[in-house]
Amino acid sequence: MVAAGACAALPAMPGAARAQPVSRGEPVTASVSMSVNGENRTLQLDTRTTLLDALREHLHLTGTKKGCDHGQCGACTVIVDGQRINSCLTLAIMNQGVQVTTIEGLGTVDDLHPMQEAFVKHDGFQCGYCTPGQICSSVAVLDEIKAGIPSHVTADLTAPMAVSEAEIRERLSGNICRCGAYSNIVAAVSDVAGRQG
Amino acid sequence: MKFDKPAADNPIDRLQVVGKPLDRIDGPRKVTGTARYAYEQHDVVPGQAYGYVLGAGIAKGRIGAMDVEPARRAPGVIAVVTAKEAGALKKGKRNTARLLAGPEVEHYHQAVALVVAESFEQARAAASLIKVEYAAAEGAFDLKAAMNEAKKPEGDDPSLDDTKVGDFAGAFAAAPVKLDETYTTPDESHAMMEPHATLAAWEGERLTLWTSNQMVDWGVTDMATTLGIPKENIRIVSPFIGGGFGGKLFLRSDVLLAALGARAARRPVKVTLQRPLMINNTTHRPATVQRIRIGTTGEGKITAIAHESWSGDLPGGGPEVAVQQTRLLYAGANRMTAMRLAELDLPEGNAMRAPGEAPGLMALEMAMDEMAEKLGMDPIAFRLLNDTQVDPEKPERPFSMRRLDECFRVGSERFGWSRRSARPGQQRDGNWLVGIGVAAAFRNNLVMKSGARVSLDAQGIVTVETDMTDIGTGSYTIIGQTAAEMLGVGIDKVVVKLGDSAFPVSAGSGGQWGGNSSTAGVYAACVKLREAVAQKLGINSTEAIFANGEVKAGNRSLPLASAAEAGPLTGEDTIEYGDLDKTHQQSTFGAHFVEVAVDAATAETRIRRMLAVCAAGRILNPKTARSQVIGAMTMGAGAALMEELAVDKRRGFFVNHDLAGYEVPVHADIPHQEVVFLDETDPMSSPMKAKGVGELGICGVGAAVANAIYNATGVRVRDYPITLDKLLTRMPDAA
Repeated sequence: MVAAGACAALPAMPGAARAQPVSRGEPVTASVSMSVNGENRTLQLDTRTTLLDALREHLHLTGTKKGCDHGQCGACTVIVDGQRINSCLTLAIMNQGVQVTTIEGLGTVDDLHPMQEAFVKHDGFQCGYCTPGQICSSVAVLDEIKAGIPSHVTADLTAPMAVSEAEIRERLSGNICRCGAYSNIVAAVSDVAGRQG
Repeated sequence: MKFDKPAADNPIDRLQVVGKPLDRIDGPRKVTGTARYAYEQHDVVPGQAYGYVLGAGIAKGRIGAMDVEPARRAPGVIAVVTAKEAGALKKGKRNTARLLAGPEVEHYHQAVALVVAESFEQARAAASLIKVEYAAAEGAFDLKAAMNEAKKPEGDDPSLDDTKVGDFAGAFAAAPVKLDETYTTPDESHAMMEPHATLAAWEGERLTLWTSNQMVDWGVTDMATTLGIPKENIRIVSPFIGGGFGGKLFLRSDVLLAALGARAARRPVKVTLQRPLMINNTTHRPATVQRIRIGTTGEGKITAIAHESWSGDLPGGGPEVAVQQTRLLYAGANRMTAMRLAELDLPEGNAMRAPGEAPGLMALEMAMDEMAEKLGMDPIAFRLLNDTQVDPEKPERPFSMRRLDECFRVGSERFGWSRRSARPGQQRDGNWLVGIGVAAAFRNNLVMKSGARVSLDAQGIVTVETDMTDIGTGSYTIIGQTAAEMLGVGIDKVVVKLGDSAFPVSAGSGGQWGGNSSTAGVYAACVKLREAVAQKLGINSTEAIFANGEVKAGNRSLPLASAAEAGPLTGEDTIEYGDLDKTHQQSTFGAHFVEVAVDAATAETRIRRMLAVCAAGRILNPKTARSQVIGAMTMGAGAALMEELAVDKRRGFFVNHDLAGYEVPVHADIPHQEVVFLDETDPMSSPMKAKGVGELGICGVGAAVANAIYNATGVRVRDYPITLDKLLTRMPDAA
């Protein structure tokens, strides 16, 4: 299983440009194209660049945060092809042809996404550093529940899945908020879920 | 403005904007990712290079040899900075250890080098090529082993002195009911979400630092000392701070290394501390061992109370002041406190949210619970019996305001305290043993000098400038509310600019003094601006009423903006304090209520309900203040149940130095939290009549959780955090 999985990962990026042969001492770079917030972007990147650093340092989309760079905190959560991921745990070149939605793609100061609006209303943040990750995660969580994907606290796998505070808390537990806004974040997500019906 | 008499009625009392639960004015920027933090200032200077920090691999000793040449030759590398390249550096007065090691190493992960390269990936790869040979020295890393050699803390600070009132020993010996127990709290980490980060740019002799710092002026001052350059040559910009909790009060290695790196590279350089480096490289809350003795009459009146605390720090450091609340919280004629400091070679200990009170109350409020049980008294009744309206050490000195009793009464009714079983281990819910616990919250209200500049333009826009910081506390919003109230405009007419050393020096964010002090500074500046407006409009400023965008005096009414038609008007001032905080003890109070369920078979603890009732002066914004309190309750829950830096006592470092190993509460750990603020104003604290809440919220929470666990299980654990291994073998029969 494990070996097969590892092998399968290689052909998964056939579209990725072959690494450029480079002069001695220069980093190995590769070209990667992806859609970011609906816009096609092509970057020539050091192959060691994470998706997170591609967004922050190369596209200057700094709304996605680096809290730990090791997949421990969730601050870098973005939505890739409809699924939330930790963007620090994937190299940019592994994401050839994907569609990335970052916090900047959800809404703007003058036109907030309903989840962003709910976070403001319920004060679902304090310092604001985990917030883009919490919001991207929250948007994806509601989609996951809608799609019937169970979690650790889902009691009945055959019944229609419902949004509950327990489900929200469980599914958002990969997004740490050290300011401790959890109680308010659950209120914000529940508010949006309620409005979505 | 000198604040030396209790505040009379003033424009803040109108409460048109202040006191309202407004959404944060910086909220839309934070939720859209457009609030930019230190490492995200891509466009402020061109040509930014990346720095990567290498930390020491030993806790104590010397660097014997360091070969940086392979790193220098690595692709993309622009410069490598070590102590050798850095030249003579001094140490800022608020740092205990130096920020760059070499040749001496004072603690594990103390920075030994910075590699500057064209990209982050190149800097990281090159840093791994540096070879360091260390000559490790013996160090002391075990608080319990070093306790016997611990000494009275040195220095002139009277708050570090031993205290004695009456005859503790005699009264304790004679007391019919007594408790003598020892409690321990572990080393803890701030673990704020944004790692320390700085972008440094030199322009000739002038240095600009975009960084993440709670105390802008302390940063400038200590940086000037460290580099040996004039303070005027340094500008710090810190508009958004991704959490601090005391961990960003001081100048840290990211700032110094970015500046040194930028000097060596002749380019702007940005540095962020890698998450696995942060915990040992920066400061932490030190572990404590605390002995508490309480003696009472048979009816529960405290006649003797003693609190002693042992903690450790690097040479030249200070103690965790865990005894300070015990000097003020409960009555009792005979009392003593003492702190002893051991020299340890662990990373630097320093302030973390409610330094002193947070670990101190974890011990004291558990002791009070134990004592109530010995007396057969309700834990709330026992506390109220020993409540005091005066400083117990100086009965002639009253509290400015103290409504601890009401906090308990309101809380017990709301939480259903009367349903608590006095006997532990009685309430069962399926596999769960259920219990509730209570603790007092107490934190002093500190007042700090704070300045601001407020200007008015011809469009009627009011702009506030102060070097105050917003670390998630809501400073932007409450400062905006203050200026709006004072000038009689809506908050949409106020622009708030913070965190720039080019602005007047403020109180900064620490010790829960920021909210009250910084808004009081804005109040003072607004008074000046009101005078300038009145003068311009030919109105007597004492009669002028600023409301609805107009200035009224008698039957005259003029648009506020018209005062600035000929050019902007500015008011600048600093609030300074007289001795009201000396004649009166100013503190904040609260009561924490917690319900837990402990799995009868596995001893896993889950928190089910949390309530805090707080009495903390005027609440400037109930929405952001509530968030401060729930956040602090969450951190308190972490301290009670999971947070602990594991010390490697042979090698001298914190082993679990990242967010996977150092466990903090996550969503699933925290239930709905309720907060009640008693309606009050404290005219002794400032013209705002407010006090702080950000640290009050964590004070006592740990003990309330511990007391609830005891109530659920009958197992008393005096060694925090209360993890299941400490409960498991002592649990009641699961039958």
